[in-house]
Amino acid sequence: MTDWIDIAALDDIPQRGARVVKTRAGCVAVFRTAADEVFALENSCPHKKGPLAEGIVHGSAVTCPLHNWVISLKTGLVQGNDEGQVATYPARVEGGRILLDTTFLQARSAA
Amino acid sequence: MTQNIIVIGAGMASGRALEHLFDAGADVNVTLFNAEPRGNYNRIMLSPVLAGDKTYEEIVTHDADWYEANGVTCRFGERVASVDRAAKTVTAENGDVLPYDKLIFGTGSNPFIIPLPGHDLNGVIAYRDLEDTELMMSMGPQNKVVVIGGGLLGLEAAAGMAARGVDVTVVHIMGHLMERQLDEAAGYLLRKALVDKGITVLCQANSKEILGEDGKVKALLLDDGTELPCDLLVMAVGIRPNVALAQDAGLAVGKGIHVDDQMLTSDEHILAVGECVEHNGAIFGLVAPLYDQAKVAAQTIMGEDATFVQKELSTKLKVTGCDLFSAGDFADAEGREDIVFRDPGRGVYRRLVIEDNVVVGTVMYGDTADSNWFFGLIRDKTDIAEMRDTVIFGPAYQGGAPVDPLAAVAALPRDAEICGCNGICKGTIVDAIEGGATDLTAVKAVTKASASCGTCTGLVEQVLAVTLGDDFVMPAAQSICGCTDLTHEDVRRMIKSQELKSMDAVWQECGWKTRDGCHVCRPALNYYLIADWPLEYLDDPQSRFINERKHANIQKDGTFSVVPRMWGGITTPDELRAIADAADKYDVPTVKVTGGQRIDLLGVKGEDLPAIWADLNEAGMVSGHAYSKGLRTVKTCVGTDHCRFGTQDSTGLGIKLEKALWGSWTPHKLKLGVSGCPRNCAEATCKDIGVICVDSGFQVGIGGAAGMDVKEVERLIDVETEEETIIVIKAMTQLYRENAKYLDRIYKWMNKVGLDWIRERIADPAERDALAARFDLSQTVYQKDPWAEHAQKKAAIYRPVANLTLEAAE
Repeated sequence: MTDWIDIAALDDIPQRGARVVKTRAGCVAVFRTAADEVFALENSCPHKKGPLAEGIVHGSAVTCPLHNWVISLKTGLVQGNDEGQVATYPARVEGGRILLDTTFLQARSAA
Repeated sequence: MTQNIIVIGAGMASGRALEHLFDAGADVNVTLFNAEPRGNYNRIMLSPVLAGDKTYEEIVTHDADWYEANGVTCRFGERVASVDRAAKTVTAENGDVLPYDKLIFGTGSNPFIIPLPGHDLNGVIAYRDLEDTELMMSMGPQNKVVVIGGGLLGLEAAAGMAARGVDVTVVHIMGHLMERQLDEAAGYLLRKALVDKGITVLCQANSKEILGEDGKVKALLLDDGTELPCDLLVMAVGIRPNVALAQDAGLAVGKGIHVDDQMLTSDEHILAVGECVEHNGAIFGLVAPLYDQAKVAAQTIMGEDATFVQKELSTKLKVTGCDLFSAGDFADAEGREDIVFRDPGRGVYRRLVIEDNVVVGTVMYGDTADSNWFFGLIRDKTDIAEMRDTVIFGPAYQGGAPVDPLAAVAALPRDAEICGCNGICKGTIVDAIEGGATDLTAVKAVTKASASCGTCTGLVEQVLAVTLGDDFVMPAAQSICGCTDLTHEDVRRMIKSQELKSMDAVWQECGWKTRDGCHVCRPALNYYLIADWPLEYLDDPQSRFINERKHANIQKDGTFSVVPRMWGGITTPDELRAIADAADKYDVPTVKVTGGQRIDLLGVKGEDLPAIWADLNEAGMVSGHAYSKGLRTVKTCVGTDHCRFGTQDSTGLGIKLEKALWGSWTPHKLKLGVSGCPRNCAEATCKDIGVICVDSGFQVGIGGAAGMDVKEVERLIDVETEEETIIVIKAMTQLYRENAKYLDRIYKWMNKVGLDWIRERIADPAERDALAARFDLSQTVYQKDPWAEHAQKKAAIYRPVANLTLEAAE
């Protein structure tokens, strides 16, 4: 079951940028690529917990601002020679609004 | 039995349907209503009419003779008021009631008018029919026109008017032109071609209001406050199927009039064709599917079996000199790969999007001669595995031997021009190589080939390879990153020589291999563009490292540090109180004195940044740029004010220098020091630029460092006055800004170009003044306090975009 909720307008996030959404279990980073795709990921790098929302977004990846680990926004997998994975959450855009799936977000806070 | 057919709307689809009926000799009696006071003409050729390439008479598809010969009753300039489906009659505006056996809706579409304030002023038009076209044709060189909409129609309108000498501005809300048909790279090339035609193109521009005077349009106001004066405003932002009459008649209507595969509406006696229909959720704006619909509708009326199938579509822009083609789907997706071919010199761009060895989309710009062949590959879902190596070159290269680029260079005659800038032929280069110039640098020095814009560097290297054979070793220059094979120096030269003024321009002209760069190249390009085009290029925060994007230093726990500027290391009790108050108010865990003579507040939460900055601004302090690749601090000693050894007012000079240089962006951080005597208490001799005051004046040194490398400055020049010192340092900073590689401190750059080269530039009064003037120009844009700007205008981006912790627990 999905339970989509309206988080914000697409334009609240700059292209090649990100903003965070606060949840009871910490922050989720919501990214917007140059092609206006939207992705939601745990806002924490598997390396040293760097805030991914502050990274540089390129293609469909983000570079962590602390030590330049590159993470795929589509899979959450760390790219290149480093290893690890970030949790990803369903996100989509409808009518210029960003929607997140609260069922997933709640499952996350329960975990 | 003769069928009575009534057609509502004389458009391209209904006209074609009638042709099919008459050609097949169908036994029909046709009445044709049209709201426009004329019959069928080829609407898509309005753009050539506007541009003056064709006349209206040439685009008429059916003339009075044709209607007469086929017995069509023409009711042009008349609307249909209503349809009575039960009685199978239509009622015309004048009250005539006409019976039908079959009714065809060809009501087309209406242009979408954005309901901006002022949209009903005189002189605000759409681009839809001959009247609109004639109004645009009445504009001349004395007129200004604004076109809202950078899609197919808007650009054709703009280009048509520009060809008549009109001053045209296109305002487009998206980031690049024709975003539905083109990717960014092709959108960039198109924009460049339009700008070359004298059209002003504004992307990412939001219209706010249409301003008028005496009921007539006067200007368009954008939401950033820009006012674009105009005598005519054309809105070309899209179309909506015209469904009003069908809806009133009770037909099933969604976005358009619902039709099935036989083009029948929800009433079996009523058909619909053209831009007014919706078929399987799709609506139609291009002509090819409309013609297919017309054929199917005609066959349905004649009782034949026929099925309308949606096909792959392609688009061509009808603007003279802009060869553009797009087809299929070219969005990025999992499992899709790109094959890209670019030839910036010829302005050619081709991109194929491949999925499972099948071409699913293509965008072509500049050379579209092979577009039909590529469109065929998409339509027929041809497996391209066999020809993948050469498919991008088009049909001429299929089936032959793979092309060796070196063979092509080897085959060039001696008088073939290699370097266009300097007019150097292949023969000259070969002679130089045989004369001992066996690498690129030597060839450049001897012949000047590739020494200007650098675009022919690859060709020169190939000439070297062909001439030297196995003796040639391709130089392993360090490219910026995996996104390009070019070095920092190559890219900087291209930015200057080709006047590349946007990130898109660099990616395109330099053949970037990734869509939008990476965290390594984007900050570098952003810096080069800022430094070389301070007035034209707009800083891109998304291409900056977080510290420069949020004007604070990120710490390992994700908090930030805040360092207000203390000019020359001088502060006041009031400033110190304000800093102390801020530290208390925002629970700052650590307060530290820095090596640059100021105070660091460490551990500030990201969300609190705008508020703490506003408090510090209130006390008269601005950002210390402790996070930037730019001017950090000017460290001073107390000089003649208090010190018994001081020879000059070193504190005063330090403050003047900091006030002159703050806010400037440089390739790496820039630290200065001014010591009042050779005892050097301000440690000026290990700064990027250091000044030692002596009785006779000021000794300026450069290239010091006290980080991973420790270096002492080398003496650049001695000057007599403070004013000269400031000009020399401005000029020195500008020389560094214009020439150094991103992330090279002055000492590293100095090792590459040599102190003598730098000194020659700075010692020449004319060159020094020109450098300082360029520095001042850049400062008019960049010397502003980012904290004040962000605290006042951008505070929202520091907060979470949404807060779900406030939702009630479920």
